[in-house]
Amino acid sequence: MAPEIELEPVIGLEVHCQLATRTKLFCACEAGFGGRANSRICAVCTAQPGTLPVLNQQALDLAITVGLALGCTIRARTKFDRKNYFYPDLPKGYQISQFDEPLCEHGRVEFEIGKGELRSARVLRVHMEEDAGKALHPEGAASSLVDLNRAGVPLVEIVGMPDLASPAEASAYLQALRRTLRFAGVSECDMEKGSLRCDANVSVRPRGGSKLGTKVEVKNMNSFRNVERALAFEIARQTEQVRRGEPIVQETRSFRDTEGTTVSMRRKEDADDYRYFPDPDLPLFEIDEARIERLRAALPETWLARRARFAHEWGLSEYDARVLTEEPAAARFLEGAVAAGLAPKAAANWIQGEVLAWLGETRGGFDALRIGPADLAELGRMAEGGELSNQAAKKVLRRMLEEGVGARAAAQALDLLQIRDSGALAAAVDEVLQQEAKIVADYRGGKEAALNALLGRVMRATKGKGDPGVIKSLLVARLSG
Amino acid sequence: MLAAELVRSARALAQAVRTRRVAARAVADHYLDRIARHDGAVKAFLHVDPADVRRQADEIDRRVAGGDAEGALLGVPVAIKDNLCTRGLPTTCASRILDGYVPPYDATVVERIRAAGGVVLGKTNLDEFAMGASTENSGFFPTRNPHDLARVPGGSSGGSAAAVAAGLAPLALGSDTGGSVRQPGALCGVVGLRPTYGVVSRYGLVAFASSLDQVGPLALNVDDCELLTGVIAGHDPRDSTSRPVRWSELARAAPPAGSALPGLRVGIPAEYRSEGVDREVRSGVERCEKLLVEAGARLVPLSLPLTQYAIPTYYLVVTSEASSNLARFDGVRYGPRDAGRDLAATYAATRARFGDEVKRRIVLGTFALSSGYYDAYYKKALQVRQCIGREFEQAFRQCDLLLGPTAPTAAFPLGEKSSDPVQMYLCDVFTAPAPLAGLPALSIPCGRTAAGLPVGAQLQGPAAADARLLAVARELEARLALDLAPLEAPRGS
Repeated sequence: MAPEIELEPVIGLEVHCQLATRTKLFCACEAGFGGRANSRICAVCTAQPGTLPVLNQQALDLAITVGLALGCTIRARTKFDRKNYFYPDLPKGYQISQFDEPLCEHGRVEFEIGKGELRSARVLRVHMEEDAGKALHPEGAASSLVDLNRAGVPLVEIVGMPDLASPAEASAYLQALRRTLRFAGVSECDMEKGSLRCDANVSVRPRGGSKLGTKVEVKNMNSFRNVERALAFEIARQTEQVRRGEPIVQETRSFRDTEGTTVSMRRKEDADDYRYFPDPDLPLFEIDEARIERLRAALPETWLARRARFAHEWGLSEYDARVLTEEPAAARFLEGAVAAGLAPKAAANWIQGEVLAWLGETRGGFDALRIGPADLAELGRMAEGGELSNQAAKKVLRRMLEEGVGARAAAQALDLLQIRDSGALAAAVDEVLQQEAKIVADYRGGKEAALNALLGRVMRATKGKGDPGVIKSLLVARLSG
Repeated sequence: MLAAELVRSARALAQAVRTRRVAARAVADHYLDRIARHDGAVKAFLHVDPADVRRQADEIDRRVAGGDAEGALLGVPVAIKDNLCTRGLPTTCASRILDGYVPPYDATVVERIRAAGGVVLGKTNLDEFAMGASTENSGFFPTRNPHDLARVPGGSSGGSAAAVAAGLAPLALGSDTGGSVRQPGALCGVVGLRPTYGVVSRYGLVAFASSLDQVGPLALNVDDCELLTGVIAGHDPRDSTSRPVRWSELARAAPPAGSALPGLRVGIPAEYRSEGVDREVRSGVERCEKLLVEAGARLVPLSLPLTQYAIPTYYLVVTSEASSNLARFDGVRYGPRDAGRDLAATYAATRARFGDEVKRRIVLGTFALSSGYYDAYYKKALQVRQCIGREFEQAFRQCDLLLGPTAPTAAFPLGEKSSDPVQMYLCDVFTAPAPLAGLPALSIPCGRTAAGLPVGAQLQGPAAADARLLAVARELEARLALDLAPLEAPRGS
């Protein structure tokens, strides 16, 4: 290849997402995360001889929901296949997956690039499969260990078409896909906990070409940042190789986090022959139209639709609408506060300000908040009604977030409720007027600003709790008397 | 010693326990005693725990004494093929790779036997992982035919069939993938039923070929066979291939007692009279034909030309499924582990415990499923399998059931076929087609050879016609008027 020819990358992602079911895909074990090794296992998911799989219908519903959220067509009949290979974390010696008749096909992911430009990439298929366990290799130990808690946990694999043109697009696609799945309520999609995993197929070709180059599969990228780093490295590696006139070898490469490089895991010729065949332990599953329609009707509003509604119906700024649709819990919190009577803009301001700051400090999510949207609405009402000054309201919200208490309780605990009773304020006003004869004289001499100085003195005397409006009218009344 | 009429009938035995004519403990002791005296020669059992058997029997007696005399199998010992999981009792599939394995759960069929008051008597020998037709492929020792100890009992449920024939157990469970209940039933002179696929739960049956495996009863007579079927059959939510039907519903489809034969259309496939069938076996089947006609049945000559493809089709399907089903025996989670210097060496050393026939089938199945060969072998086999199913459907438009030999010959001497896998595979020629189509079939004793070896006849019916097959077999059995008592003692040496 002549060095002057410009090359462009072509990227497609294969994303595994753990479905948020209560139990595993083919047995009644809990499908949780963490915990003591091998504490969530049974005869079925440890592949005791003679055990058989029974499909978790909730998992099937969630997988159909994934398909619907991505605009896929859902197959009226679906079957499961066995993918055969040996590894100690794979109890049966095969994984129950779907080979040639995936549950969902032909969808798309809409994603944003740069400053909100919307693009879309095609999804080839979405299929169901069970997760494997975990093989652990403790350093220095003579043998490896196997934890089967994860074995049999339900996954969907979302296979994207090679429609992505840069690492930035790949990352944006992945984030949008994650957001779509989270808003659809099918998965936590937590990359750290492994409930969202991403492999990439990467190739390069002359810019504008239509024929795909030889693809390399990159694995082991466990964060959005690493997806970008791995792809950038891999594209540079392939580009250089092509420029040197060397062919690209079809292979699987693993991303090395510490070095930011990819290294070869296995070549195509050593690839496993998985000997897929239909699992005789599971019948064909018929998915009737009524089931699909029931799930379609229950599909939550997408993040894009919510964002548009927040901006156009509720009058939020584009920025606010964007931030508050980054995760479903933020959107739900906003919606809850509005439903509890708070004006959308006020609700957005409180969430954008104090709540997000708190979450940033505590590195928590909305799920970890100890107050609900109704508490925020109560705070907003108190501020609007003059019971709290703006400054005081911020302190109160802070206390609410820290202690998990309601607005009124927090305000009382902090002693920040405004004094609006003119009887209670009159004494303070009179005392200040007595003490500050010079300022009083200034005011009487025509110096208007002196009134504010007096107001300030009274506010100080009431420890900031006096209602400035009430104090002002008391001062004016006394001084004009 | 139990009374003669009790050792001839499990139903009578349960009734005797129910009415406290005999204690479950006495029944258990009788069979434990017979096992102690005769199983050294027959070698039907891999595992018997006398203390556990007596404990189960005593529990039944306590129940009965307390007024709870429920249960179709009250106090009846049942021998269980060792590829059915029994909680707390070893389950080895007669394989060195499961040596010492004790399952944490009972197979559904075992659970149901216990719930019906049955006593789990012990675990019977089989061809390793049910792969074979002589029980010579056991990883531990071969079982012998009690009618002639120099001969095989058939297989793979040879231990179960021999135990019933030798009076070591009144009832037994086997499993039938391509004939493994019916063929040993025929060779040992007992009744064996392979139910319609899905009628009996496979949960707890260690899988050999999942799309064909069915658990089936072995008994001295049709009545007992039906008794045990009624206990184990019926929907099980733990088996997704289980039919959503109860045995009582299937049983309603059977003709009223005594009316099964008049007007019955009995299909006689030309292929079942081939040259390969032993003369004495053929005459046994012909006797059945004659008796059926005398009782008012009509013979319908017909042809099942695809019969010749059943064996190759069957062996492609079973080896493919077996290669995958047996992958879990890797020494990682249970069973013995023969550690090597790395993972691959450990796998290799551990899996070297499989016997030759099992290895042969894993290799064949791995090949048949491999990319580039899948279409030519596995996929083609599935297509032929469908054709065989359609051929049966057409046949059952002309007749109600099919009659023929269960096996081409009576019991053959140990060692005769063990070095020639293809000869062994041909034992399944008449029994492999029904499983491929998921159909019910049973074998009943229909006579003896001049040497005194039992001969079996096979009845095959359309799907879900299990009760009708049993009804026909029951009336045919009455007309055959054979002595169906268990052997006093094994014969030969």
